[in-house]
Amino acid sequence: MQIIFFILAGVALVTGGLVVFQRHPLRSALWLIVNFFAVAGIYLLAHAEFIAAIQVIVYAGAIMVLFLFVIMLLNLREPEAEAKFMHLGQKVGGIILAVFTVLLLIYGVMQVVLPPGKAAPPGLGNTESIARLLFTDYLLPFEVTSVLLLVAIVGAVVLAKSKLK
Amino acid sequence: MTAWITGCLILLLKLGIVLVGLLLLAAYLVLAERKLLARLQIRLGPNRAGPLGLMQPLADAVKLLTKEDLAPAKADRLIFLLAPAVVAATALLIFAVVPFGQDWVIGGRRIPLVVADLNVGLLYALALSSIGVYGVALGGWSSNSKYALLGGIRGAAQMISYELSLGLALVPVVMLAGSFSLVEIVAAQSRYPFLLVQPLSFLIFFVSAVAETKRIPFDLPEAENELVAGYHTEYSGMRFGLFFLGEYVTMVVMGSLVAVFFLGGWRGPWLPPLVWFFLKVLGVVFFMIWMRGTLPRLRYDQLMHLGWKLLVPLALLNIVVTGAVLLLLRA
Repeated sequence: MQIIFFILAGVALVTGGLVVFQRHPLRSALWLIVNFFAVAGIYLLAHAEFIAAIQVIVYAGAIMVLFLFVIMLLNLREPEAEAKFMHLGQKVGGIILAVFTVLLLIYGVMQVVLPPGKAAPPGLGNTESIARLLFTDYLLPFEVTSVLLLVAIVGAVVLAKSKLK
Repeated sequence: MTAWITGCLILLLKLGIVLVGLLLLAAYLVLAERKLLARLQIRLGPNRAGPLGLMQPLADAVKLLTKEDLAPAKADRLIFLLAPAVVAATALLIFAVVPFGQDWVIGGRRIPLVVADLNVGLLYALALSSIGVYGVALGGWSSNSKYALLGGIRGAAQMISYELSLGLALVPVVMLAGSFSLVEIVAAQSRYPFLLVQPLSFLIFFVSAVAETKRIPFDLPEAENELVAGYHTEYSGMRFGLFFLGEYVTMVVMGSLVAVFFLGGWRGPWLPPLVWFFLKVLGVVFFMIWMRGTLPRLRYDQLMHLGWKLLVPLALLNIVVTGAVLLLLRA
């Protein structure tokens, strides 16, 4: 089990890096899909079959198809030319922000207290238990999220239709 | 140890039989479709290769395998070469969760007639069918040809639209069966098939399934009189063959999903379960071929209209009504 985890984690890290370092937007998108699959595999190892399936359906199956769709429609075939001139302030600011983000992440990870014991018990990530939690303990955040998504949909429709008439 | 080895052997054997069976079925489905279409159009259809043209799939396979494997000079080579495999592989993988018969007991050992009974089987099938889009979209994009690109974009837009109604149509089925496992869903239909209580779901699922297989009246991604051959215009040899195979395997898989979700799977009186399953799948597939011989192609705006303004709202309404009725019945 542990070997599989490290393989999947390695794949996730390497492909995550490849997403950032590709010159071509479509290649980046494709590596991101591989990354999603590796993460879904890790969910499976943690007995969270439902989350794994949803990860593939929503992220790899829907969101990335939309990304690809946009890349294909804009036909971004040639990688963008590298900027010839870069402001010194941009470089310094970028480095400072990056270091700050890494420190923040390290601080955040250190705060997490891992519960004792090994993997989650089987059945924890199952559909029934997730549904029970969503509709009892986390009902309010769940409903607020759905309203948030509705607002986004309405906003998208308004933006798209504002040019008509 | 020996139990483990026999278990492994049985699994491998099962995998082999299912794989070969599925490929053979897809190959002969091509022949069956050509024959049936010919009859619908008052022609004879292929009848030269072997008796009644039964060797035609073999001849086609030899032809495709021995053809030159071409890639356009300016194509994105790696993606171009991989795209057909995505289509064929995802279609084949879906069948892994489809139960095609009652458990067999051989020598005291129980052999379930399903490759893998996942507890999220239904989601697994939906996930793989949504991954299949990439083959179409990337194949079209990487060919560096305007017809292929248009076909690929149409394919992506169409499949992402109809996936929604495909998934939503299954929610009432899950509510009735109380499980995502396909084996459980078949078990829940022991008294009556879900077709009787969910005719609307069945209709929405069937229409969306035909749209997912990109067949007439939903064959806009390949629309031969507008786009040459759409997303696989630039493909030759067995890579074209893989797209073709993927399409027919998808037909069989969608047929078996319809059978499992709405027609009671392998259940049926008198005949053995395996025969019932095949009859149901072939019935659905026959209906798809019949539609191809009868209906004209939809226009692009009609396609989007049907998907988003009719099927999706109907499916949502169906979920609400089913939920209310279930609540009333169980209260």
